[in-house]
Amino acid sequence: MNLTTFIVKRVLAAVPLLLGISIILFGVLHLAPGGPLDVYADIPGVSHEALENIKRELGLDQPVPVQYVKWLGAAVRGQWGYSIRTGRAVAKDIRERMPATFLLGGTAFVLALAAALPLGVLSAVRQYSLLDYTFTFLSFIGFSMPIFWLALMLQSLFAVHWQLLPSAGMYTIGDGGFADRLRHLALPASILSVAYMASWGRFTRASMLDVFGLDYIRTARAKGLGERTVIYRHALRNALVPVITIVALDFAGMISGAVITETIFAWPGMGRLFIESMNGRDYPVLMALLMIGSFALVAINLITDIVYSIVDARIRYD
Amino acid sequence: MTDPSAAMQDPRTLLGEAFKRFRRHRLAVVSLALLVVFSLAAVLAPYLTPYTFDGQDVALLGMPTPPSLAHPMGTDHLGRDNATRVLYGARVSLLVGLLSALIATLVGTIVGALAGFYGGATDNVLMRATDVVLSIPLLPLVIVLSGFLRPNLYLLVLIIGVLGWMGTARLVRSQFLSLRGRDFVEASRALGGSGIRIMFLHMLPNALGPILVSTTLSVGGAILLESALSFFGFGVQPPTPTWGNLLNSSRDWLDIAPWIATFPGLFILVTVLAVNFLGDGLRDAFDPRM
Repeated sequence: MNLTTFIVKRVLAAVPLLLGISIILFGVLHLAPGGPLDVYADIPGVSHEALENIKRELGLDQPVPVQYVKWLGAAVRGQWGYSIRTGRAVAKDIRERMPATFLLGGTAFVLALAAALPLGVLSAVRQYSLLDYTFTFLSFIGFSMPIFWLALMLQSLFAVHWQLLPSAGMYTIGDGGFADRLRHLALPASILSVAYMASWGRFTRASMLDVFGLDYIRTARAKGLGERTVIYRHALRNALVPVITIVALDFAGMISGAVITETIFAWPGMGRLFIESMNGRDYPVLMALLMIGSFALVAINLITDIVYSIVDARIRYD
Repeated sequence: MTDPSAAMQDPRTLLGEAFKRFRRHRLAVVSLALLVVFSLAAVLAPYLTPYTFDGQDVALLGMPTPPSLAHPMGTDHLGRDNATRVLYGARVSLLVGLLSALIATLVGTIVGALAGFYGGATDNVLMRATDVVLSIPLLPLVIVLSGFLRPNLYLLVLIIGVLGWMGTARLVRSQFLSLRGRDFVEASRALGGSGIRIMFLHMLPNALGPILVSTTLSVGGAILLESALSFFGFGVQPPTPTWGNLLNSSRDWLDIAPWIATFPGLFILVTVLAVNFLGDGLRDAFDPRM
């Protein structure tokens, strides 16, 4: 089998996966008791007939499988429907929120990577040193941290107590310059990066230690190469391959993990849209957001698989 | 005569060796002790505090009060003792963490064992199902489920547990795949052992170490998830205090009474940290290759 058939096969295999995901998500959303019209039920002026009419208009009177097939038919043609809450096109709503999420996620990603890689490599090189122990302890704190609490504490210190940074939002109305946006970004992006910094750092360390044990590193040392060359030119390159997979997958997770950070800092991204849509049971928006999150995971998984098979000649296409 | 104490002094049993390795991980030992203390305190909560979790001191009504001798973590705006509420919150957090990790382990072990033991079509179907659940972002899915179902404590445990089995399933499957061809499995098969007997009596005990480690680590994950849900108001509902919903109600007083938010979060951090160190120690003990 050659590379092209391998790629085609993998892409085709993602289709049933996405179908399965969409069935589960649609089922979870629509089969739970209650619905988007519950808000009207308690208003005395709304008659039963009026409610039935709204239901029919929204298509909610039909059996769930029929609704699903209709949703799927529209979704594959790029039609994500209209928000029940606002009546706006879902695609438009989400497109508006995307840049904010990518700005937050992207900054957190760069921050986490910039700290994790050097720290991971250093603590592997100086295994069992004070630096290694300190970093290990800090990274345990990092991935044990309830980030919503960290967010509250830092918000209270930096925004309320010292008044150094703004407590919420993306920019000051009437300002919006680069420095102003940077100040708004600082807290949420650092907080979002904490857990990833810790886990990527640990992973880099473990991966480096694995590679240090291999024969070709001993060969490199034996032929008299300097320690720097051995570590940075020989070991690091191979150690980074598994790290890249984890980092790529986590990036997809980071976009949906931003739910917490975005809500606390009133960051106008997709995560906050998700929580806002939860409150009105806005099925079309929730469904679209969940599918985007899942699609990102599947796509990145697929891409790393394919890149791997190109980079690493040992992997056979079967 | 053989000296019966000679056998006792010989530490070279499998468990004895594991125990020795565990004891060398000092942070894990301290963490275990801390978790035991926390659990005891949670169970004995009514005997440890003179207040009840919803008891109000009318004299302190209206504004939160700072920590004092009578109220070491202060009181909230309804005049309730914060320390007592944090103590009762431990009951929910620890219970949810432990029970949902057990459910996740149970489901994951069964799925992984069936997939790894039977292979072929069974393996294929189960692993594709695992892929599907793994490809849905966890936090939003849990928020949707518990936001829509408005669960009580036990339904919440079920939701968190049932969505956390995939890691264990993959782990157990790979363990079973490597055990499948071993001699003792072949021997049991030759003796006519049924599939279930071989899986759970012969193979499972050989995979218990890694399973124990992953269960421990998922306790920490479950505690974080529950507190995040309750923080958003989608988890356990007030007046039952949990560390998450205590943090939620502390938000309104953040600028004048930050100590209300400090303590519940600190307890979440320390508990999850202890659980993760314990998991690390257990890994050293049962999986010395790592």
